Amino acid sequence: MVNIALPKGRLGEKVYGMFEAAGFDCPSIREPGRKLIFENPEKGIRFFWVKPSDVAIYVERGAADLGVAGKDILLEYEPEVYELLDLKTGLCRMAVAAKSSFRDDRSKTLRVATKFAHIARQYYAAQCRDIDIIHLNGSIELAPILGLSDVIVDIVETGTTLKENDLVPFETITPISARLIANQVSYKFQGDIISAIAAGLKGQVQQL
Amino acid sequence: MTEPLKSEERAVLELRRLYRSYGYGPFKMSQFEPLSLYLHHKEFLISEGAITFPDTDGTLLALKPDVTLSIVKNYQPAQTPLRKVYYDENVYRVAGPGRGYREILQTGVECLGQVDLVQLAEVILLAARSLETISPRFVLDLSHLGFLSEILTPLALPAEQKAAVLACLRQKNRDAMAALLSDCPADLAEPLLTLTTLSGPLEEVLPVLAPLAPTEAAQAALAELKSIAALLTPFRRQIRLDFSLVNDMSYYNGLVFRGYVEGIPTGVLSGGQYDQLLVRMGKAARGVGFAVYLDQLERLDRSPAEAEADTVLLYGPGADAAALFAAADQLRAQGQRVQLRQTAPEAGSVGRIVRLTGGEVTEVG
Repeated sequence: MVNIALPKGRLGEKVYGMFEAAGFDCPSIREPGRKLIFENPEKGIRFFWVKPSDVAIYVERGAADLGVAGKDILLEYEPEVYELLDLKTGLCRMAVAAKSSFRDDRSKTLRVATKFAHIARQYYAAQCRDIDIIHLNGSIELAPILGLSDVIVDIVETGTTLKENDLVPFETITPISARLIANQVSYKFQGDIISAIAAGLKGQVQQL
Repeated sequence: MTEPLKSEERAVLELRRLYRSYGYGPFKMSQFEPLSLYLHHKEFLISEGAITFPDTDGTLLALKPDVTLSIVKNYQPAQTPLRKVYYDENVYRVAGPGRGYREILQTGVECLGQVDLVQLAEVILLAARSLETISPRFVLDLSHLGFLSEILTPLALPAEQKAAVLACLRQKNRDAMAALLSDCPADLAEPLLTLTTLSGPLEEVLPVLAPLAPTEAAQAALAELKSIAALLTPFRRQIRLDFSLVNDMSYYNGLVFRGYVEGIPTGVLSGGQYDQLLVRMGKAARGVGFAVYLDQLERLDRSPAEAEADTVLLYGPGADAAALFAAADQLRAQGQRVQLRQTAPEAGSVGRIVRLTGGEVTEVG
């Protein structure tokens, strides 16, 4: 049985659709209810919904053999997993944004508010830039507005939230999309079915 | 009454027996080493960082995060042309998905000096037998850094891009690898893209490798792999080639390997050829070895926690202690684990509860 961790929410539902179209379906998942685990014994697969940021943890620790996680989470936590496929969905980008009036002053330490401290630290370290990381868990856009930070490092999808708060994305750190990840040991022992699932999903990606 | 052994305790005993049967001698070392030993060779270590403290003379010491460096440091090739040692030691390093310091019980072997093909193949065989001791469901992945180097060198990648390429290889991330190599000539990029997803038994994968790198060194690496494959036939299905295994190439050369057993979500064995380490330590010798991480083996034992006693012998205030002790000893002589207590334990936590009544042991409830 291959355990697959899917991220709760819109992205997870879209990705499940790709599994379904690739022939790895589990009809009970479409039934209304509060169940978290869904099994298709004939296909030898079991899906479960978890918080998107937890998918990589389930996979790295072997509670899930496969999972779908955003590239942002993989870059931030660097889990030791195989990254088998770019699903080319959930597209967005990790960007640096600031108030439209912001002018970068390289003579000062840059104050950076973010949920993604590791990504921000690596990005600015590559530029030899001295920064002060302000780790926030939500409403990151508030930080520059209230003077808590000079810039933010966050995920930008359409840019609407930034625009409504008079913020402008001015540097893209990296494009983000959903990735199919596998536990390294599961790959050794269930390689055939994992490869078949990856190949099936690749077919779906090519049709996107 | 035989004390049941935990998975890791049983493994230590069986692995020790295995290594002795291959002519490996025990190696015991101090828990501490000067921190400078690890700082000079930090890329060799599996993880950065060590728990440090000052010695009485001010020297900064570290609780050892690694065993191989200590063994190699003490090796004298002129005196002992071939040295084979095994060890079981605790090491202290950052490990696991939690990324915190942990004490890890590690056992392993090191073969130093005149390491030829026979010694190399025997160490890999020993690694496979070590895994077999832990579980019949195991896989030993092999990679050859000499071969990989021959694929990488013609690409002439800058250091930063080379690091990114190796990260993609580790993650089997073909999409990102293709993007990274998009500016490289297709005939040079294609072999690396092939290696990114290549994995399988040696007899299936070796023919795929042959056309990828036509250089003399690559063909020599392939010939070495073929010769070793011929000696590993007892484990034809379990030993596989997988190039996602990339150790630090400034210390490791040639063969590197990693072992996995079903039920443990991380690798339990790691090793390889580290001739470059000996060169850096000024020793004219070669080296190969591996470590087995025993701390993970407790994950294999899924039986529920055992009760502390089979029988609880209840007594009240003013009980005759001598009679209690005698009754308890009689039960112990029958192989039971007996606990004396005044109050009954939680229901179901012990096999039975008894009381001493008129010199006789009687069941309660």
